[in-house]
Amino acid sequence: MASAPHLEFERDIVEIQNQIDKLLDLADRKQIDVSGELSGLRDKLHTLKERTYDNLRPIEQVLVARHPQRPYTLDYITRIFTDWIELHGDRAFREDEAIVGGWAHLENHSVMVIGHQKGRDMKENLRRNFGMPHPEGYRKALRLMRQAEKFRRPIITFIDTPGAYPGLGAEERGQGEAIAMNLREMARLKVPLVSVVIGEGGSGGALALGVTDRILMLEHAVYSVISPEGCAAILWRSAEHREAAADALKMTSANLTALGVCDEIVREPAGGAHSDWDQTARALKEALVRNLETLSELPVDELRQARWAKFEAMGAWREQA
Amino acid sequence: MAWFRKDKKPLKAQDKRDVPGDVFDKCEGCGEILYSERLAQNLNVCPTCGHHLRISAGEYVDLFIDPDTFEEHDESLRAADPLDFRDLKSYTDRIAAAEAKGKMEAVVSGTGLLDAMPVAIAVMDFAYIGGSMGSVVGEKIARIGLVAHERGIPLIIVSASGGARMQEGIYSLMQMAKTSAVLARLHEAGIPYFSILTHPTTGGVTASYAMLGDVNLAEPEALIGFAGPRVIEETIKQALPAGFQRSEFLLEHGMVDKVVDRRELKGTVALLMRHMSGEWTEDERVSVGR
Repeated sequence: MASAPHLEFERDIVEIQNQIDKLLDLADRKQIDVSGELSGLRDKLHTLKERTYDNLRPIEQVLVARHPQRPYTLDYITRIFTDWIELHGDRAFREDEAIVGGWAHLENHSVMVIGHQKGRDMKENLRRNFGMPHPEGYRKALRLMRQAEKFRRPIITFIDTPGAYPGLGAEERGQGEAIAMNLREMARLKVPLVSVVIGEGGSGGALALGVTDRILMLEHAVYSVISPEGCAAILWRSAEHREAAADALKMTSANLTALGVCDEIVREPAGGAHSDWDQTARALKEALVRNLETLSELPVDELRQARWAKFEAMGAWREQA
Repeated sequence: MAWFRKDKKPLKAQDKRDVPGDVFDKCEGCGEILYSERLAQNLNVCPTCGHHLRISAGEYVDLFIDPDTFEEHDESLRAADPLDFRDLKSYTDRIAAAEAKGKMEAVVSGTGLLDAMPVAIAVMDFAYIGGSMGSVVGEKIARIGLVAHERGIPLIIVSASGGARMQEGIYSLMQMAKTSAVLARLHEAGIPYFSILTHPTTGGVTASYAMLGDVNLAEPEALIGFAGPRVIEETIKQALPAGFQRSEFLLEHGMVDKVVDRRELKGTVALLMRHMSGEWTEDERVSVGR
C-alpha cells in the first residue's frame, strides 16, 4: 500500500518504503525470493532515515513534533503502563477531553498519569479541541495531582499541546488563574513529579503540567514560550518568517538541554517516533522508571527544596556595577 | 423664510483639541484637556470621568509606600541576551534603546512601610518593552518574594504587562514557574500576598503571579486576560462583546475580589493587612468603621 509523504523531507524515505512494500507484495503473489533486494533496500532506508533525522533544522523539528502520525499521550499510556483507569471531570464545570488523567501501574508502582491529548482525526479533534485545554482541563489535572499526593503516589505528566485555548469561555472561566494555580500547587506537591514533552510544548498551556522535579523531552519534541508562527507574526510582522523564528527561539531538545531546562533527552528511533511507536515507548518507559526511582529515594523536604532551587535558578541576567 | 426652512449649513467638525507641551494632558477616556499638575495630584485619575491614565512604576511606589521609607532592591539587575536573539532588530539593540530612555527593566522592587507597616513590593513598568516578563522581571520578583518570606512581611505586586519577553525564549516562560514557586512558599508560610492588576495585564503574567493573590484588586477598566483580544478574535472569528476582559468583567466572573479606584488602593490594602494580621490600634478601627 503506497502512502504519500506528510513532510517534504520525508519524500525519499516514503519512496523507499513504498518500494519495499511493492517488493513484498510481489514476492507474496509470485512466490519468489526477494531477500537480497529487500535487505539492500532496508539498509538504504535505515541510512537515509538516520541521515535525515540527525540533521533536522529547527522548523523541521517543529513539523516532526506536530506530525499527525506521531504517538500521543494515550498511545504511550497503553504501551508503557498496565491497569490504566481514566478519571474524568474538574468537579466544577465540565469534563475537558483535551487533557486525560488517571491511575496506572508502572513496574510495581501505582502512579498518577496526566497528559494533553490530541485527536487522531477531525471527529476526535473536535472532541479534544486539538489538545488545547480550557481552564477546567487544568483544574481536573490539579484535582488528580492532589489525589496522588493524598495517597503518596508519584505523578507523571505528558506534555503535547499547541497551547491553552484562547477563547471566550476560556477567558470567562479564568484560563490565566487555572494555569497559575497549577504552577503554584505543583511547586508544593509532596510527591515526585516527572514530565515529558512528547510533541509540542506550547507555552503556558504546556507549563501548566510542567513544574516537575525532572523535565524530559523526546528527541524531536519542542518546547517554547510561543509558536514560531506566532513569534514571526509579531516580531517579523508575518507568519511566513516562521523558519527564522524557529531558529531564534532555541526550542529543540538539544537547545533546551544547553539552556539547562531539559534534564534528559529520550532518543527516538531513526525516522522519528511516528516510524516506530513501540520502540519509542520502550525507550521512554526506561527513562521514566529510572528517573522515578532516583526521585523516590529523596525525603519530601529535600525533593521540594530541590524543585524550588531548580526553577529559581532559571534565567539569565547581568549585574550592572 | 421660516427658520425651519433655512438652508442648513453642514456641521463643522470641531478642531481636534491638541495637547500643548507638557503643561496639559488629554484624558484618553473623555477627551478632556487636563492641567498636568492637577492630574498628577489626582494620581492621574481624570477628575471629569474617572478614567485611570497610566502612571510609572515609581509613582506606584510613592502611592503605596510612606514617604522616605522605600529601599530599592536589586536595582543593578539588567537584561542579558542568552539566546543571542535577532529578529528585525537585535535584542541587545532593543535593550539598549529601552535603557537609553532611562528605564532599566520592566519591574522596580523594594521594601518600605505602608501605613507604618513593613511590606515588600514589586511594580511592573509597561514603558520598558511593554512590561514583558523576562529573566530580570522573574528574578527580581522571586528575590523580593523571598525577602518577604524571610522577614515575614506582606508582598504586593502591581502588574502591567503585555506578556512574555519572546526574545528570551524558554527562560521567559520559566519565569512563570519561578515566581509561582516563590509564591507557593509564601502561601505555606501564611504571608499575605496582594496582587494589583493595572491596564493592561495579559499573557504569562496573568497566568502566574497576577492571578495568585490572596486578594486580587483591579484598577477600573483595566484589560486583564490570558490571551490578547486580537488572538481570541482571530481564533473564534467573531467580534468580542463590549467590556470583555475588563476589570468589571473579571469581577462579574469571579476572577478578582474588587475593582478599586487608584486613589483608594493604599487604604484598601492597609485595611486588608490589618484584618489578616489582626493588629489594630483603637484609632484605626474607629476611622475605618466610620
